[in-house]
Amino acid sequence: MFEKILIANRGEIACRVIKTARKMGIKTVAVYSDADKEALHVQMADEAVHIGPPPSAQSYLQVEKIVEACLKTGAQAVHPGYGFLSEKREFQEALAKAGITFIGPDAHAIFAMGDKIESKKLAKEAGVSTVPGYMGVIKDAEEAVKIANEIGYPVMIKASAGGGGKGMRLAHNDTEAREGFVSATNEAKASFADDRVFIEKFIEQPRHIEIQVLADGHGNCIYLGERECSIQRRHQKVIEEAPSPFLDEETRRAMGEQAVALAKTVNYKSAGTVEFIVGANRDFYFLEMNTRLQVEHPVTELVTGLDLVEWMIRIANGEELTIRQEDVKLNGWAVEARVYAEDPFRGFLPSTGRLTRYQPPAEGPYVRVDTGVYEGGEISMFYDPMIAKLITYGPTREAAITHMRTALDEYYIRGLNHNIPFLAALMAHPRFVAGNLTTNFIAEEFPEGFTASSLPAEDPDILVAVAAVVRHMEALREASISGQLPGLEAKVGESWVVILNGKQTPVQVRGSAATGWAVVIGGEAVDVRTEWQLGQPLFRAQIKEQSVCVQIDRKGAGYRLSHAGSSAEALVLSPRGAELQALMPHKEPPDMSKFLLSPMPGLLVSVAVEEGQEIKAGEVLAVVEAMKMENVLRAERDGTVGKIHAQPGASLAVDQIIVEFAA
Amino acid sequence: MTEIIAALDEKRRQAALGGGQRRIDAQHGKGKLTARERIELLLDADSFEEWDMFVEHRCSDFGMDQQKVVSDGVVTGYGTVNGRLVFVFSQDFTVFGGSLSEAHAEKICKIMDQAIKVGAPVIGLNDSGGARIQEGVASLAGYAEVFQRNVMASGVVPQISLIMGPCAGGAVYSPAMTDFIFMVKDSSYMFVTGPDVVKTVTHEAVTAEELGGAITHTSKSGVADLAFENDVEALLQLRRFIDFLPASNREKPPVRPTSDRSDRMEMSLDTLVPDNPNKPYDMKELITKVVDEGDFFEIQPDFAGNILTGFARMDGATVGIVANQPMVLAGCLDIDSSRKAARFVRFCDCFNIPVVTFVDVPGFLPGTAQEFGGIIKHGAKLLYAYAECTVPKITVITRKAYGGAYDVMSSKHLRGDVNFAWPTAEIAVMGPKGAVEIIFRQDIGDAEKIAERTEEYRQKFANPFVAAHRGFIDDVIMPHATRKRICRSLAMLKDKKLENPWRKHGNIPL
Repeated sequence: MFEKILIANRGEIACRVIKTARKMGIKTVAVYSDADKEALHVQMADEAVHIGPPPSAQSYLQVEKIVEACLKTGAQAVHPGYGFLSEKREFQEALAKAGITFIGPDAHAIFAMGDKIESKKLAKEAGVSTVPGYMGVIKDAEEAVKIANEIGYPVMIKASAGGGGKGMRLAHNDTEAREGFVSATNEAKASFADDRVFIEKFIEQPRHIEIQVLADGHGNCIYLGERECSIQRRHQKVIEEAPSPFLDEETRRAMGEQAVALAKTVNYKSAGTVEFIVGANRDFYFLEMNTRLQVEHPVTELVTGLDLVEWMIRIANGEELTIRQEDVKLNGWAVEARVYAEDPFRGFLPSTGRLTRYQPPAEGPYVRVDTGVYEGGEISMFYDPMIAKLITYGPTREAAITHMRTALDEYYIRGLNHNIPFLAALMAHPRFVAGNLTTNFIAEEFPEGFTASSLPAEDPDILVAVAAVVRHMEALREASISGQLPGLEAKVGESWVVILNGKQTPVQVRGSAATGWAVVIGGEAVDVRTEWQLGQPLFRAQIKEQSVCVQIDRKGAGYRLSHAGSSAEALVLSPRGAELQALMPHKEPPDMSKFLLSPMPGLLVSVAVEEGQEIKAGEVLAVVEAMKMENVLRAERDGTVGKIHAQPGASLAVDQIIVEFAA
Repeated sequence: MTEIIAALDEKRRQAALGGGQRRIDAQHGKGKLTARERIELLLDADSFEEWDMFVEHRCSDFGMDQQKVVSDGVVTGYGTVNGRLVFVFSQDFTVFGGSLSEAHAEKICKIMDQAIKVGAPVIGLNDSGGARIQEGVASLAGYAEVFQRNVMASGVVPQISLIMGPCAGGAVYSPAMTDFIFMVKDSSYMFVTGPDVVKTVTHEAVTAEELGGAITHTSKSGVADLAFENDVEALLQLRRFIDFLPASNREKPPVRPTSDRSDRMEMSLDTLVPDNPNKPYDMKELITKVVDEGDFFEIQPDFAGNILTGFARMDGATVGIVANQPMVLAGCLDIDSSRKAARFVRFCDCFNIPVVTFVDVPGFLPGTAQEFGGIIKHGAKLLYAYAECTVPKITVITRKAYGGAYDVMSSKHLRGDVNFAWPTAEIAVMGPKGAVEIIFRQDIGDAEKIAERTEEYRQKFANPFVAAHRGFIDDVIMPHATRKRICRSLAMLKDKKLENPWRKHGNIPL
């Protein structure tokens, strides 16, 4: 076995690989850029080698530097993780030249599967069902229209070298096909420096289901069941699960066998994933093969009990698979949610910065957290803004989802915005719970984007009870202050009024911290059992026989309570206080529509207008750069520019005023 | 007897109604509570002991003898906040617009005198149209009597003003001399001369809200300390605030139990200070992670943001926090921040509240605006305040402590009791670049040489050791242990005794 391996990656996947290596008694070497000096993967590894400045093109994508790091540290093999160099042929060749083992498939397999057109041809030859379409290079828009008609609408026009949704166009008719061909070609050229596109049948109500394969290069190849990754936002996976709620045993076997057949045609070695698109009638078609460890591999690990990274290392070391197909059993259900540093309430804009508070849920038999960050760490603008992967397990899909909802409630992140409210909304969505998924799920269910009102209503008693207990405990503590007048000591009454989202609910709080609390709401006692202490951010309790975790932040005289993806402001007053509160004026929040605000922290690149200028709706006002992305800010309506508050080059805070419009 | 009791009941009924139902409704219509409702919310239930309910004014001019209302526009007395004694006056806008008559002033003076005698805070809930014009000079005399008592009470008992309506003209000077001024947004304002006079004299058109509203005074003038959304929020927060303060200068600050361990480690503080010395970070994160339960009651959050001031608790007992804020103007000292922090430090010193200072200060803000504005004297206020201060003083230097600003920020030389530095601290006369340009002036044209010298200077001085060698720093501590080290130091300093030489009073550069 290898004595030392290098992990040519960062973040959660580097940490994940290190964990397995450590378990196997293998020493690890991390590589890091300037931005990752303090990163978790660097701290976890036995050794770490600096490989350059923050941009990945100058660090994590530098083949030479990584090979050099291997030679310097004596690492005998390299695990590439996913992304970065994991599917780069040059990297493999450089490693081979230096006598270092690549923990992954051979170069020829990567190459064969890396090209969408090439891989489809191979798949067809291997007897894998493929989407009806035209594999050849299309010369012009007219040819595209002709082919589209042969296949039958709707069709999808895709960039040959594409990925991540770039260079893809849907066409329902000749006009759309013509336009789609042109724009897909242009986008492909700009994004991948390769303008080849192909056309295929567009599958309606499609699901994304993929098969995990494991092959040892000694002729043994098995499939480890499927993962369903239909919940995607703009072609990026958000929720993955294993098994799929859609497949029957027969389809699973058919897909698995085809995946194995494909792997065998390219003499596949290591872990790989064959992606399929599955239609409403369980017809499945090959999409592509990913010749690396997938982000969502943990769900497979949880239901099969196998450690895929361990097998990748063993196989790279020349070992033979000791598991046969019949040994592979799928037990229970696993769901993965990708926790991202992005603001779901602002169109999922990335939100980078310091994790001032970061407390993932505790790991255990039902919860796994693959994380690459820690409290006080940074989500850098240079890389993918993924914070962690949260994976839960249970004997059934329902149980895994329940664990996921609890774990999301317990996930405590402060300092930047994150998508946990969105993930919680997905987990509570009746259609998700029913397993009625397609890759259009998010677009269909959240057509206007995600807003607070997208969140499902939950039992209001829970938050009322929590707020009441928190305030009551706080009042008891206030009443224990030193220096009280004898005979006039503070007394804490049991009656309170909880004001939650503007609604008043009178309650009585009885009991004590030792015996548990009973909160009487509308004449009914709600038992609250908790070991919570004042100042703790997570209020964990048993309420109405449910395990509940509510996040509590002080906000002025009240609290902000976050639970099940939503958050609400609570003010708890004495009954008299509540009567007087009712007299307080309702203040409308200031009208911000006359301002152009920065939607995120970033750099103001340019302001396209001048003071006094007339503007039309849709006109470009300013460009803000964040996460190396240029965000064009446009006028929402016609008007006149009043005052420009920020100058190009200024660094902007979120909600900072850039332009004020004339009244 | 029964007649008397009947008359008593009638007077109480009248007092409860103040200026009558119509005016109460008008008060509510403006989103304001009445004087008595405010007291109800401020004090513990059933704890209010009212004095002078039956006082009436003595004016007979302009038909005033025909209009008498018991209590005369102000409700006074004492009660408790979480069982602790406070004296309170609450002006009643429904009675003669809350205007101040001689009798009204006497009521306020009576509770102030008593508060000084027994050693308990005075809380003023201001909602008054100003002087009772009908009374003329008698009303002015009333103001002056109150002013005099404000001064006598200053530093003896905490005085807090909550402005909940108009407060204009000479009336502003009573709150101005109290320790803290809180205001309610949209319904309160304070100014010496109102918008009409301003218009006549300077031709400036300005609304009362713009001229002296809560936002103006908490962000532009720095006259007020905090602004609240409405009466209820203001009174609830005032209760929370009083819990931090000792009842008088004869007492130590109050203590209450906490489950937050004094030896709690905060590993994330080890990464708070960025590698790049010019990159800001949020000092508030340090404060909230070090104090009990993250509860930092910030004072003047919207004014002079380059310095943070506020109260918190450590191991259950109140501390005053002063901290440079690198997020604003790099945390430098300027006129506003010096004044803000100086006044805060002096308050803590008056009332036996230990001062914890977090330092990351690159120096004083340069420029004509600062020099012409008198930064010399204003900066001296903070220096004076720290130097004069005898309560326990604990200082933690997190990063920069440059030049004169190093001296000012509770340095060892100003009798700092415990002075810690983080490993990232740089205690020097100035930043490496500036220093090299002076020491090696002859090399200024040679960028390479300058870079080399700068690096040399950085190696030598950009660390806490030079100061530690001389004992100016008691210890270099790991950021994650900051809470534990401060709590221990506070325990050690619990019975600190230090007195300044006798004098009538010092002469702080006002």
